Amino acid sequence: MTRESAIAAQELTRRFGEHLAVDQVSFDVVRGEVFGFLGPNGAGKTTTARMLTGFVSPSSGRALVWGYDLARQASLARRHIGVVPEEANVYAELTVWQNVMLMAELHGLARGQRTAQAHALLERFGLADRARQNGRELSKGLRQRLMLCMALVSGPDLLFLDEPTSGLDVASTHLIRDIITETNRGDGTTVFLTTHNMEEADQLCHRVAIMSRGRLAAIDTPAALRRHVSARRSVEVRFVEARVDPGRVFAPMAGEDVVVVANGFRVFGPEPGRLAQDIVQGASALGLHIESIRTLEPTLEEVFLSITKTGARVAAADCASSSKP
Amino acid sequence: MNAFLWQARAAWVIARKNARVYYLKPPVFTFGIVFPLFFFLAFAAGHQASPESMVPGVVSIALFFTASAVGPLVTPWERQARTYERLIVSPASLSAILAGDMMAGMAFGAFLSLLPLAVALVATNAQISAPAHLTLGIVLGAVAFASLGVLLAAPATEGPSQVMMLSNLVRLPLIFVSGVFVPHASMPVWAQWLAPLSPLSYCADLIRGGFGGELYWATSTDVTALVGFAFAFLILANWFHRRTLRQVR
Repeated sequence: MTRESAIAAQELTRRFGEHLAVDQVSFDVVRGEVFGFLGPNGAGKTTTARMLTGFVSPSSGRALVWGYDLARQASLARRHIGVVPEEANVYAELTVWQNVMLMAELHGLARGQRTAQAHALLERFGLADRARQNGRELSKGLRQRLMLCMALVSGPDLLFLDEPTSGLDVASTHLIRDIITETNRGDGTTVFLTTHNMEEADQLCHRVAIMSRGRLAAIDTPAALRRHVSARRSVEVRFVEARVDPGRVFAPMAGEDVVVVANGFRVFGPEPGRLAQDIVQGASALGLHIESIRTLEPTLEEVFLSITKTGARVAAADCASSSKP
Repeated sequence: MNAFLWQARAAWVIARKNARVYYLKPPVFTFGIVFPLFFFLAFAAGHQASPESMVPGVVSIALFFTASAVGPLVTPWERQARTYERLIVSPASLSAILAGDMMAGMAFGAFLSLLPLAVALVATNAQISAPAHLTLGIVLGAVAFASLGVLLAAPATEGPSQVMMLSNLVRLPLIFVSGVFVPHASMPVWAQWLAPLSPLSYCADLIRGGFGGELYWATSTDVTALVGFAFAFLILANWFHRRTLRQVR
């Protein structure tokens, strides 16, 4: 853990009976960054996030949040954090205003400060007109906005968001993403974002970690992760001619994957530059006319699928070898 | 602000939240008053007793029911409504959350027990002859019963009905062995042996003393027992809630 670490997870492990949900996960989150935590369902994302907020205690390992050991100084650590848990809700019987005030008071904000903060946040989140409405009267999108207000009212140094845009309409999703970016850039808040949504992670996160079967499978910037999965680089080509036989055009590139896409083809290979040259030469030799051609980096989604499928294959192999007599 | 004061303030915030969310509702008030009253009248119907002699019993049972009625349901309700995680990951410690739950139950119980008391003073010949005993009985009883309520909330369940079953399974025997219905001296020997196991026995003893009745135990014994029960319930509650929290997925 460095002095600048917002989070230091050190060999965090969590067992539920025989099931190993999180297996010796270690990573650091740097202060000021938006850190994405990705993984398929059941990969251990939420359990890890819950260990980092202190809701779930680790079976072994240690978590330091804002420099405080969660096992011994949980309350001090939690004064620095705001949390939007995945399954949590607002108090349905309390008004929007009372819900925000509750969190402000639990974080020990003075009366004047909490009132000013709450007014500013409700205004920013478009909830000012609904301050007197009960939590139960809000739609899912408005409740999610309120939960963000509740997490932000204390002015946290570190914000935990577990699937904050899951199941929301486009407008609410955009608003919440904008607010995450503003909060990070404007207030310098560190954000720990658990999500399934690759586009969201790519758009918002400085670095991402990918969990697979309870283990940390990869951690880096989205760009670096895309570079590492070089085999998934590709070239997308469209021909003027309506009917093109891919077998003939791409025959010299034996061994490369070819996928039909709208009005064209996508050819995968480790060296897209060379691949593009080969395609142009092949098309020219066959008298075909290229309408457009471009090289493509793998998307974060492809990186994610590649890593998590590898994880699944390794786990299956482990399983098979351990079941041998 | 030091850590203790911080947590004490957090407990106060949680007590106020509980009062708003769980206690200040007409059905809770009705249940808190009507149920113990009819419970007692059902017993009194079969016995020859003056109305004023029944007052300490009614006040004791009202206090017991109201102070321990909602507490067992708060944590299961919070789990069911998905608000529990929000509290646990706030700077309030688990002890502060439980203290807040206890404070709300205590205030609710003490306040509601004043209603039958006021009615009894107006409608019967009952008179308060030892206000200190009555006050000690109500306040310490409310703390002990509310602490019991917090302890009963500990099982790892989201279903309030399961907790209600457990709550009644524990609370009803505590009433029957407490000497609320029958003075201790008139109870069978086996019941006299069991009576000290119920915190309601000591509370009812103090309240009876407040109305000029004869105390079965010394005042210091009643006070020590109620304080001891409250501490024991809160320590056990803390331990069980922590254990339940370790099972969270």
